[in-house]
Amino acid sequence: MTTKRTYALQNLGCAACAAKMEKKIGALDGVQACTVNFLTSKLIIEGEEAQLPQIAQEANRIVRRIEPKASVKL
Amino acid sequence: MTRRLIRIIISAALFVAGLLVKEPGALRLALLLGAYALAGWDVLWYAVRHLVNGQVFDENLLMSIATVGAIAIGEYPEATAVMLFYQVGELFQSYAVDRSRRSIAELMDLRPEEAWLLRDGQPISVDPEDVQPGQHILVRPGDRIPLDGVVLSGGSTLDTAALTGEAMPRDIGLGDMVLSGAINLTAPLTIEVSAPYGESTVARILDLVENASNRKSQSETFITRFSAIYTPVVVGLAALLAAVPPLLFQQPFEAWLYRALQFLVVSCPCALVVSIPLSFFGGIGGAGRQGILVKGSNYLETLAQADRVVFDKTGTLTQGVFAVAQVMPEGISREDLLALAAHAEAHSAHPIAQSLRAAWGQHIDFQRVADVRETGGRGLSALVDDRRVLVGNAAWMRENSLTPTATDAAGTLIHAAVDGRYAGAILIADREKPQAAQAVQALRALGVRRIAMLTGDSEPAAHLVARQLGIDEVHHSLLPQDKVALVDSMLAEGGRGKLCFVGDGINDAPVLARADVGVAMGGLGSGAAIEAADIVLMDDNPLKLPLAMRIARKTLRIAQQNAVFAIGVKVVVLALSALGYASLWSAVFADVGVTALAVLNALRTLRKTTL
Repeated sequence: MTTKRTYALQNLGCAACAAKMEKKIGALDGVQACTVNFLTSKLIIEGEEAQLPQIAQEANRIVRRIEPKASVKL
Repeated sequence: MTRRLIRIIISAALFVAGLLVKEPGALRLALLLGAYALAGWDVLWYAVRHLVNGQVFDENLLMSIATVGAIAIGEYPEATAVMLFYQVGELFQSYAVDRSRRSIAELMDLRPEEAWLLRDGQPISVDPEDVQPGQHILVRPGDRIPLDGVVLSGGSTLDTAALTGEAMPRDIGLGDMVLSGAINLTAPLTIEVSAPYGESTVARILDLVENASNRKSQSETFITRFSAIYTPVVVGLAALLAAVPPLLFQQPFEAWLYRALQFLVVSCPCALVVSIPLSFFGGIGGAGRQGILVKGSNYLETLAQADRVVFDKTGTLTQGVFAVAQVMPEGISREDLLALAAHAEAHSAHPIAQSLRAAWGQHIDFQRVADVRETGGRGLSALVDDRRVLVGNAAWMRENSLTPTATDAAGTLIHAAVDGRYAGAILIADREKPQAAQAVQALRALGVRRIAMLTGDSEPAAHLVARQLGIDEVHHSLLPQDKVALVDSMLAEGGRGKLCFVGDGINDAPVLARADVGVAMGGLGSGAAIEAADIVLMDDNPLKLPLAMRIARKTLRIAQQNAVFAIGVKVVVLALSALGYASLWSAVFADVGVTALAVLNALRTLRKTTL
């Protein structure tokens, strides 16, 4: 079962980084689609429901790696 | 924010002090490097972290390499300036982003916090999401209506500005449909909830606005692709610039390294990546504040290019509500005819009776009416002020041995007779919206070359309306499927511009979906309209269409300005750098300066647009 979930991003300050995050998270296993909306600071992940908590953890790591100040509100 | 500002100011002061020290020496060096460290320590720190993580094309890293490189070749003032200006630019950027995020938050301010659910007559505070359709809620004055519903008791005034952009408060009473998101102004209301929160107007609108910027326009897609190539290419060129001339052509290494460093500073695509989505977001947000919901940046782009507009007449150009259009008295005053007809119909709930009473507009005195006898499908007979009044269609007149005057007017003719004498007729028709003709004019002024009206009405009625509105292309007597076919054939004709279809949204879904951009009149809670259309005019005002077009064009223009300006400046500075005519100063301008200017330009989209 795939579902779509929206997470809030904190301290997202760099638009170019947002585009990179989108690409990297979108390439994760079990992720069908991923959108990072820079202006609303939202991360939208569409993926396997069972894997979502794990995906979100991994997404958080990616976000922090790309922009150290930013994080996913879990 | 303030801490960053203070840091920049202190760093700038040290920098200026360093420049004022004329002779090179330890003092000058200490001041400049102090300024550099203060301005750039976090950039350097992030750069190291990124390097460890294997992120090569990161802004911080590129800035660090450029400034450390400048220090290495003894360009202290420039290294400090680059860092300082970079921080100023970042500050500017985050200010601009903050501001646009705040205006988004204002749009989101529609969300109701709580609902007062009535349980055994007692209001209890619950989450709006927990209320079921059919349950009753209390809305106190000053509260935002949390869920769509129907008024069960109470009468009040609603502020619907947040939903429709319409400043005039709206009166509502028993049995009226109310929309979530409106603010109850004067008196408490009891409402029977008709839709769960997730399907309520407010939830739909919020969802739409939040997700609008997820649907990217062509310009945004272009920028994403462009920047993915741009940075690696520029960094690659920088490496070549630093390596090739000194190694192969015995050129001085320092001079070429300096040029390469300029490339690194210019290599960030930030100006584009920030300002273009921001332009679109501003456009969508600005439109939203005026009661125009746009579902995605791509639709704004399409609307800006529309040069053909097709209206489905009823509900868009006309009100879709029957009203008295003309009074044609014979041997009696206009006032008397209306008064008698309205009183004769005093007890009827028929829409025609309602429009007669509305046209009379004054208090109906039931004491004046007696002995009402209705003949189904014909009309009625009543005693008004002790005079025998007959009201009904032409057949009803003839049945009573009267000769009604024939006209070819479009609409329903209601004839009247008083004391056995024919007294004239009242024409009841769907009325044009007061702004319809002006809207058509405004569209033409915006360069829309073809405006067509579709209607199911018969020919004379259709032509009459079209003439009054200044529309020359009319397709009448259409069935719903004819409309689809017609729009299809118009689309097939092609042309450079896009086709915009405007419908009231209730039964136009297939056509709305087919047109390049579908615009629906969404007011008064047609969920179907919000669903099917790309753009929704919340207050049903046709003038909002040219306004939306204006906003769309302005947005697109600003986005294009930003793209041309940012790419142009960068290319020029890159060329000058390669040839040795530029300095790190101009490179910094091409990076953060351009970003700041582009963001400021993008913020213009948030400003109110007028027709």
